[in-house]
Parts: sequence; C-alpha cells; structure tokens
Amino acid sequence: MSRLLEGFVEAFQLIIALDPALLQIVFLSLRVSILAIIISTLLGVPLGTLLGLKPERKTRFVNKIIFTFMGMPPVVAGLVIYLFLSRQGPLGVLGLLYTPTAMIIAQVFLSFPIVTGLTMVGIRAKGSEVEEIARSLGAGSALAAWTVVRELRIAILGAIITGFSRVVAEVGAVMIVGGNIAGHTRVMTTAIVLETRRGNFELAIGLGIVLLMLSFIVNSVLYNIQRGGE
Amino acid sequence: MKKNFSKNGKNVITLVLLVGILLFTVGGCAPEPAVEPTPEPEEAPKLAENDVEEAGEPEEAVEPIDDFITLATTTSTYDSGLLDFLNPIFTEETGLEVRVVSQGTGAALETGSRGDADVLLVHDRASELRLVEEGAFVDRYDVMYNDFIIVGPEDDPAGVMDVDSVVDAFNLIADEGFTLVSRGDDSGTHRMEMRLWESAGISPEGQDWYRSIGQGMGNTLNMANELLGYSMTDRGTYVSMKEKLDLLIVLEGDPVLFNQYGVMAINPDEHPHVKYDYALMYVEFLMSDGGQELINSYQVNGETLFFPGYGLE
Repeated sequence: MSRLLEGFVEAFQLIIALDPALLQIVFLSLRVSILAIIISTLLGVPLGTLLGLKPERKTRFVNKIIFTFMGMPPVVAGLVIYLFLSRQGPLGVLGLLYTPTAMIIAQVFLSFPIVTGLTMVGIRAKGSEVEEIARSLGAGSALAAWTVVRELRIAILGAIITGFSRVVAEVGAVMIVGGNIAGHTRVMTTAIVLETRRGNFELAIGLGIVLLMLSFIVNSVLYNIQRGGE
Repeated sequence: MKKNFSKNGKNVITLVLLVGILLFTVGGCAPEPAVEPTPEPEEAPKLAENDVEEAGEPEEAVEPIDDFITLATTTSTYDSGLLDFLNPIFTEETGLEVRVVSQGTGAALETGSRGDADVLLVHDRASELRLVEEGAFVDRYDVMYNDFIIVGPEDDPAGVMDVDSVVDAFNLIADEGFTLVSRGDDSGTHRMEMRLWESAGISPEGQDWYRSIGQGMGNTLNMANELLGYSMTDRGTYVSMKEKLDLLIVLEGDPVLFNQYGVMAINPDEHPHVKYDYALMYVEFLMSDGGQELINSYQVNGETLFFPGYGLE
C-alpha cells in the first residue's frame, strides 16, 4: 500500500515540478492525438454527412465497411501503417517510420472510421428532416447540408469526442509505428507500457492518472462547445 | 441580458482554449529541419583492436554532428538503464543523437534487416552471424556479455538449487509440473530458452505448467513473481528489478547460460539510405577502450550487469 502511495506521490511530484521529460511526453501525446482527430474530423464529418443524408439502402455496403473498421484493433492498424512506411514498404522512401508523423497517420486510420460512422448515424436519425426544412426555405444542397451539420452538431461532437478518446488511449499502433523513442516518439500510453515492463507499476499508474486528467480537460472544452449549441 | 453575457463569456473562453490548442498543435508540428546525413569522406572510422583512441578524449577537429541514428536493440539493454548511461556520453562526444527502439531480439533483427534502423545491439549470436553471412549486417563485434540465470520462488519447491545444470533443472521443473513463465516472444532470451529445452529433451509448449506469455523480460519476471513460478532471465533485468521481486536465483554458472551481445551496422549496400558512417561511429564508440570501460563500470544495486568483450575465451 505504501508503495502505491509512493508511486502516486512520485507521479504528482513530476507534474508539479513540470518535469521536462514528462511535459515533453504529455505535449507529444496531445499533439499527435489532437492533430489526428482534426484530420479525421475534416475528412470524416463531410463524408459521414453525405452518407447520412443518403437513403439507408443505398449505403448499406459502405456502412458495413465503416462499422467494421471502427473496431479495427490498434495493433493491426499499426502493423498496416508500419508495412507501408517501412524502408521496404511502398512509402519507405519518405523515411516516416519512427516519427510523430507516422503516429498521426496511424491514429487517423483508427479515428476516421469512428468519426465518419458516428456522424453518419447521428445525421441519419434526424438529418433528412432538417434537410427538408432547409430546402423548403429555399436552401440549395450545399447550404442544406451545412444546416444539417450545424443543427446536429451535438451528435457530431459526440462522434469527435469518441474518436479522440479512442486515439489518446490507444497504445498498440503508436508503439509499433513510433517505436517509443525517448524524447522523440514516446507518448503517455507507451511510457506507461515501458514503466510497467520495468516493474515501476506505481509510476505507471501515476502517468495513467495524468492521461485521464488531460482527457478530462480536452473533453471539457468539447463539452462546453456542445453546451453552447443548445 | 446578464445571462446572455455569461453565456458569451463562456463561449469566448472555449474559443480561446480551442485556438490555443490549435496553435500549439500545429506550431509544434513544424517539420524538423531535414538534416542530410553528410557522410564524411575522410578516413572511414576504422575499428582496430590495435590503436583505437580512448573514448572520452574527443579528437579536436571533430565538429558536433547535428543528426541522429536509430538503434534497434533488445529490451534488456534498455530496461536495465545501460543505454541511458552510455548514449548521452556518445552524444556529447559526437553530437549525434541516438534514437533507441527497444524490442525483442527477433523484432530488432527484423527491423534491422528491413533497413528501418542504422545500428543494432542484440543477443542471439547464431542468428547474428547468419545474417552477417547473408549480407544484411556488417561490422559485427562481440561487444559485451552477461549470463542467464534461473530464478524461482524462495522455497524452491522443485529443488533446483540442488543441481548445477540447466538440463537437470528443467527436468526437475517439468517432472512435477511446477509453473515456469517463458517470454515466448522470439527474443534472444526466449530463443536461448528454447535451445535449452531442446537439449533437455523436453517440449514444454502447450504444457499446463508452462506459461508462454509473449511479453518482455520485466513483465515475465513480474508474472513469475505473482504465480510463484520459475523463469529464465538475463541477469541484468533481474538485478535491476530485484528489489521489487520475491524471486531468488536458483541456478547460475552453467556455461550454457552464457549470453553474448553483438553490435553491428546495417549493410549500406543493401540499404543505401542508412547512416552507415554514423552507425560505424557508434560501433567504434562501444568497442573503444573507453566505451568498454564504461560498459564495465555500469552498475545497478551495486552489481555489474554487463561485462566488456567476448566472454568465452
């Protein structure tokens, strides 16, 4: 019990002292996951809206594909990206393996289906109603779609939050394509794995608490936006 | 009116936070200046047993190199803290940053063969020599060694402490079916363990008492500790974790438990993009008198974890 307490104390001391190594890890985690979710949002929300406004029977096959990819194991996503980015892979010349960019690509691969799929589900529930009203008021299809997105932003934010939670918590993909290189590609989750491997369970737990606090802050921001929409 | 204001205030805060996050995210991702590996055409760093300068005495003319190399290595060199000790000294001498990817030896050899690293530090001598033969790696040297040990619960229910050879120990454990936790991850340690089972004439895979977990040495020791089981481990990882474990050394000193580490560069003829010259500088650093002394001086809990050079005469 006292060891557990020591671990918490150690982790919080690192936070309070703004330990540079820890801060670097924290910032990289946020940077990678936030950029990944921004890219997924820019790609996934328009696609999800488009699909959600189409009649269900026309998109049945695409739906199934998207839903399947929502459950993609991170390790598999990591391996796929690894094989593409490896020097022997088709994109090897770019030299992206073991860089933060590779980690962002892997996390986009994981979160894009989630953002797309949940946006689509949200839009499908109510979107055509909103679209009809918008059109009856004289909106063209682009404006009508924009109105749908605006009116259903709560559902869409839900999709984005879910996507973010998925990538900020995953470890399998970033471990493989990032390599957990100290000071370069080490993020919160891979640091937790490393400390667990080294038997520093308490420090690992402490890092886990930091990660949860970060998620809390990011989610609070998104939640505020969502409330603003009510 | 007031209500509206407070709502707007909240929105402003949210907006500021959002913009902040965006700026920080995007700003932080400015591409790093691409540094071309400028291979130095002058004397290729030569590795000689004869006259290698002392590491620690940087030659005067050497400008710090603003670049990095990628080292693929095994979990034991990294988790034991050895590389955290050695690499900053190398970086100080050369300016080269060392980016460490630590995996099982099998994965590290694969990473190297694919050209995804510049230099390797691993421990599976037979596979290393074969891959050098096949042309995947060059400039391989026996850089340091330690040994494997068998650890077990304090009361040693199988009585391994009474025997001196691994073959006997494995037979004792297998006969009564005492729990043994194995890496099972195709690492150097796991490959060694499998060779030893083979020489004991036992095939443990699939046995009820044999837990093959597919994880690193640290996790394996933790599990053996929890299950009150046995495990074969490199001495380094055990010593560095000893304080957190109730496991004791039940067998050591059998010559078959010798554990040789090798350092080598990825063959630049196979993978023209690798930073061969820099990789060679790292190899030279470890093999120099100074580097070998540094390895010998590294201790955890008052014990030396790695011994320089080649261990068997």
